[in-house]
Amino acid sequence: MMLTIEEFGRRLRAREVTSAQVTDECLKRIDADNGRLNAFIRVTADEARRQAEEADREITAGRDRGPLHGVPISIKDLLDVRGTPTTAASRVRDGHIAARDATSIAHLRQAGAVFVGKTNLHEFAFGTTNEDSAFGVARNPHDLSRSPGGSSGGSAASVAAGMALATIGTDTGGSIRIPAAACGIVGLKPSFGEVSIDGVVPLSRTFDHVGPLTQTVADASLVYHALLGDEHVTSPVPLPLHGVRLAIPRGYFFDVLDDEVRARFEEAVGRLRAAGVHLDEIEIHHTADIAPVYLHIVLADAAAYHATTLETMPERYTPNVRVRLEMGRYVLAEDYVRALAGRDVLRREVDAALAQHDALMLPTLPIPAPTIGAATVPVGTKTEPVRNVMLRLTQPFNVTGHPAISLPSGQTKGGLPCAIQLVGCRMQTDALLKVALACEPQIAAGPLPRSGKVGG
Amino acid sequence: MTIDAWLTAATADAERRGLPELKPILETLGRATAALRAADFNDRANADSPGASGSPSGLGARG
Repeated sequence: MMLTIEEFGRRLRAREVTSAQVTDECLKRIDADNGRLNAFIRVTADEARRQAEEADREITAGRDRGPLHGVPISIKDLLDVRGTPTTAASRVRDGHIAARDATSIAHLRQAGAVFVGKTNLHEFAFGTTNEDSAFGVARNPHDLSRSPGGSSGGSAASVAAGMALATIGTDTGGSIRIPAAACGIVGLKPSFGEVSIDGVVPLSRTFDHVGPLTQTVADASLVYHALLGDEHVTSPVPLPLHGVRLAIPRGYFFDVLDDEVRARFEEAVGRLRAAGVHLDEIEIHHTADIAPVYLHIVLADAAAYHATTLETMPERYTPNVRVRLEMGRYVLAEDYVRALAGRDVLRREVDAALAQHDALMLPTLPIPAPTIGAATVPVGTKTEPVRNVMLRLTQPFNVTGHPAISLPSGQTKGGLPCAIQLVGCRMQTDALLKVALACEPQIAAGPLPRSGKVGG
Repeated sequence: MTIDAWLTAATADAERRGLPELKPILETLGRATAALRAADFNDRANADSPGASGSPSGLGARG
C-alpha cells in the first residue's frame, strides 16, 4: 500500500525517505499506468523533481513547512497552476496558460507540496463519469471497463493507483465525493465558502467547492487545512466513539440504491452501533425538490459563464456538454428565483436534521462505478439514468452548503468500492472531520487494493 | 409564462438555432420546472406575506 501523507511525514522527518524518492515513485507509476487510466492530462515531471529536491534541501537545512512538505500531489485541471495550461478538459480553452496560482494552490505551494501534474475531468466539470473530455475517457483503477466517477475522475484514479499521495478536486454536485466513492478513497467537500474558489474555472459559483481526495480521513484533514492556508497544522484528534450521535435520513436517500451498496451500508451501521455510536433514523422534508432546485441554479449559472463561447466556438465543446450548457439558456428568471427560495428551505431542513446530531450518515453513491458508455443503469427493479442516479445523494449538500465527506466502506462481490457519506453542520468542517476520523475504522471494512487491476 | 408556452417557444428557438437535439432535454427541464413551481415553498401574491427572515409561507412552524 502507498504511503499516507501522515506516514510519509514521519518517515521524511526520520530521514528514512526523501521527497525526491517518493515523488519519483509516483512519476514511475504515472509512466507505467497512465496509458491505461488516462488520469493525467499533463504530467509536470521536471518541475515536480525540482520541487521535491528543494523540499529535501529545506528539510536538511532545518526548514520544515509542515505536514505537506515534499508531498507529491496531483491537481484537477480546473485549477490554475502558474505557467501551465488550465484546460478544463476542453478545446474551448486551447492556448490558455495560467499567469498565477489559484489561491488554494498558492497555499499548497507555500506548504511545500510537490505538483506532479494536472488530472483529467469531465469537460468543464459538467458530468459525473469523465466520459466527455477533450483528452479522452479516464478509467477506474479497480476495473478499467468502469468509470472512475466524476467530474474529478482523473484525480481520484491518480490517488487510487498510487500516482500521487493526494489530489485536489472540485465539487459542484458531488464531483469530489462521487469519484472518491467510485475509486475507494476519501473525498472531502468542505462547507461552502471555506476554501477559496479564486483561480478555479467555475461551473456554478453558487455550488462550487474545492477540496481534497486522499487515502485517509487524517490526510484529508491535513490537505484541507493546507488549502485554507493554515500555517500550524497538526493531525486531527478523533472524538470518542461513545457519545457520537449520527442520524440516518431514510426515505429519499435510500429509495434508489443498489443491493450491495445497501448491504455494505447496513453492515457499517451494525459495526458503529456495536462500537457505541448512537444512531437515529430521521426524515428530511422537501427532498423531492432537491433535483429541480439544483438543476435550475446550476444550469443558469453555467449558461451565464459559457454564453459567449457557446456562440463563438460551439464546435469546441464535446457534444453532450454543449447540449447541457445550451439547456441552461432557457431557464426563466422567475424559476431561478424559485430555486433560490427552495435552496433556503432545504438548507434549513438539513440544519434542523443536524440539530441533535453530530452528522448525517448515508451512502455516497447509490451504485458501484458504472460501466463506461452506459446511459442507464439497473438499480433494484428499476432502470435509472446514470447521471441522475450518481448525483442523487451528493447534490443535496451542494444545494445546502453543508460539509460532507465520503469514506470507503467495503466492496461489491465484483471488487468495486462502496462508500458512505457523513454530513456535518455548516461551517464546522473540522468537527465533521473529527467524527469521520472516529468512525473511519468501523465504516471501512478493511483496506481496499490500491492499484486494482492496473498492474494486471 | 406557462410551461407549455415556454416549451413551445424554447423548442422552436432551439430548432431555429440548429439544435434539434435539445428537444428531449428541454422536455426534461420542463418537467423539473413543473415540479419546482408546484413546491409548497413558493410565495404567492394573494397569500400571507413572507416572514421577515424570508421563510417561505407555510414553513414558519418548522423553525
